[in-house]
Amino acid sequence: MGFGQLPYDVAHLLGGGMLLLSFMLLYQRRVGAVVSVLAAQGGLLALAAAWQGFVQGAPQLYLTALIAAVAKAVCIPLALRWTIRRLALARGVDTALGIGPSLMAGVALVALAIMVALPVTSAAQALAREDLAMALSIVLLGMLMMITRRNAILQVVGLMSLENGLVLAAVGVAGMPLVVELSTAALVMLLLVVAGIFVFQMRERLDSLDIALLHPHRGEHE
Amino acid sequence: MPFAWLLVLLPWVGAVLLGLLPRERMAALANCGVSGVTFLLALVLLAQPQEVTGWTRLDALNLPLLLLASFIGLTTAIYSLGAIADEGLDPRRLRAFHVAFQIFMGAQALALLADDLGVMWVAIEIATLASVLMVGLHGTPAAIEAAWKFFILCGVGIALALLGTIILYLAAQPVLGEGEGLSWAALRAVAARCDPGVLNLAFVFLLVGYGTKAGLVPLHAWLPDAEAEGSIAISAVLSGLLLNAALLAVLRAKAIVGVHPEAVPPGALLLGFGLASVLVAAFALWRRRDARRFFAWSSILHMGLATTGFGFGGAAGNLAGLLHMIGHSLTKSAVFFGIGAAVRLRGSQRIADLGGLCLAAPGLGWALAIGIAAVAGLPPFALFASEYLLVSEAAAGHPWAILPLGLGLLVAVAAKVQTLQALCFGDLPPDRAAGKVDWTSLGPVWAHLLLALLLGMALPGPLRRMLAEAAGVAG
Repeated sequence: MGFGQLPYDVAHLLGGGMLLLSFMLLYQRRVGAVVSVLAAQGGLLALAAAWQGFVQGAPQLYLTALIAAVAKAVCIPLALRWTIRRLALARGVDTALGIGPSLMAGVALVALAIMVALPVTSAAQALAREDLAMALSIVLLGMLMMITRRNAILQVVGLMSLENGLVLAAVGVAGMPLVVELSTAALVMLLLVVAGIFVFQMRERLDSLDIALLHPHRGEHE
Repeated sequence: MPFAWLLVLLPWVGAVLLGLLPRERMAALANCGVSGVTFLLALVLLAQPQEVTGWTRLDALNLPLLLLASFIGLTTAIYSLGAIADEGLDPRRLRAFHVAFQIFMGAQALALLADDLGVMWVAIEIATLASVLMVGLHGTPAAIEAAWKFFILCGVGIALALLGTIILYLAAQPVLGEGEGLSWAALRAVAARCDPGVLNLAFVFLLVGYGTKAGLVPLHAWLPDAEAEGSIAISAVLSGLLLNAALLAVLRAKAIVGVHPEAVPPGALLLGFGLASVLVAAFALWRRRDARRFFAWSSILHMGLATTGFGFGGAAGNLAGLLHMIGHSLTKSAVFFGIGAAVRLRGSQRIADLGGLCLAAPGLGWALAIGIAAVAGLPPFALFASEYLLVSEAAAGHPWAILPLGLGLLVAVAAKVQTLQALCFGDLPPDRAAGKVDWTSLGPVWAHLLLALLLGMALPGPLRRMLAEAAGVAG
């Protein structure tokens, strides 16, 4: 299976779309827009999982796709919007590294992912290895977002985008066992993070979700 | 279903029941009861056949760690019996504490037992989530900062470990038989025929992912805050159990990748992380003013030492690493129990505020002094034995490692002796009254120290054989 064959091309298109959305996450200046992009990425992930289920003849991947569609494309973005509105969080994106440098760092990370993933996997199937390169790029871009954004809620978005990359990698490996279980367990973690933000009411205690304000509470200042 | 699952399911069922119990005292007693029965079940494991059954396996490597974990679970429950009432938690939070504690105990037992790497990952994730809850339990800004940091850093760590697991399967997929899945035994059997490049990539992600959970430098930032801000019980089980479960996951990954002759030798990476942890932690100890953060940094040091032992590899190196893990769990939990009792007595966890414990509460002061000496690796406790093995292994096979290892050990011992003097033998601060400490705090400390002494003085024959066999399993 290679370039020019339908299963490969569609999988590539969907994975590439997710990667593109990872870049879009990096240059949004409003928190609301970031959440919308995250929802779109979740939707593409659901399509990618369903397509792999169809290509590999693995019906359990449809379940992964369904869970991704319901949770990542609809429920989590809605919960995040509600949290932002309810806690009246800042709508602007507060960056530790500017938008331009973030994008350049993102391009460098994608280059790194390709240079790392493609040569070492030369023996694996073309689809699996290129999926891996894309998934690794998405993971690295998610980490970049967590590092370069100051708002706690954007760090959570970075973690979710990172996790989308993981699920993309998992569904791309034909015959991977426990995909549904693993992706669900990872999702539970994210749901709890979102719940944690709300339950801990960080806004109420700290007046802002900017975690720089938390640092004086580390307990070791004199 | 294999018998070993009882060790996982009993605490989880217990968690549900504890969530329903209305009375606080009754819940604390029931918590002890569940932990006690779990410990008895773990003893029964000794008589079980060592084999792979379904998703779990029982071998010489995880059996001692399981026994240790259920023992520390029991002593921590006993300690909480007296201590938790003083932490000023409202009934809802107290209930959450008991539920999270038992969920944590079940999950870390599953992480130790798992043969399937996917199940192991899920178990470590559940254990992490339960411990985040216990870290943030007090709801103070400092506790929330600690819980948030723990959540975010370990969230990334766990995600990377999952990526490593997926890549490991990608490596093994062409040669793996139908339906063998992510079984450790199956992966290890076929590892020699896998592509070495993909194996390397998988190991790097697994090491960084689970290494974050094991508190290895430079991925350690969450650990001091998590151990300083949660309930004392969480410090004891984080140091004693969660770090071990994560390090065992790294060891399992090492055993798979180490089989392939052309893969990057995993021992070298472990040595790098281990020695970096030892050196950074040894010097960081000198700058700590908070007693619980001090001993959390000491956990980073000891995980570094154990990792160094596994990095040396071979029978002697692995034996030193395993003994060090066990000795560290026992002594560090004992010290945290003692520190917890002292903090309750004084209402502060700054080292400067805790001085003169031997005068204020002689029973506690001396127990803590002996405990800190044991954690510092002074003879005749278990950590001295394992550090001696470690240094002699370095001298025999890796002479270059003597310098960083020796430097780290000496700097750390000096810092701990200084802290021991400050905490236990200083003058009694003028406004501090003497106080009494009850048996639920001191009993667990002495029980741990006695076991650590036993392990250091004379390793019982069957245990020695088991550890030697485990050293072989770890590859």
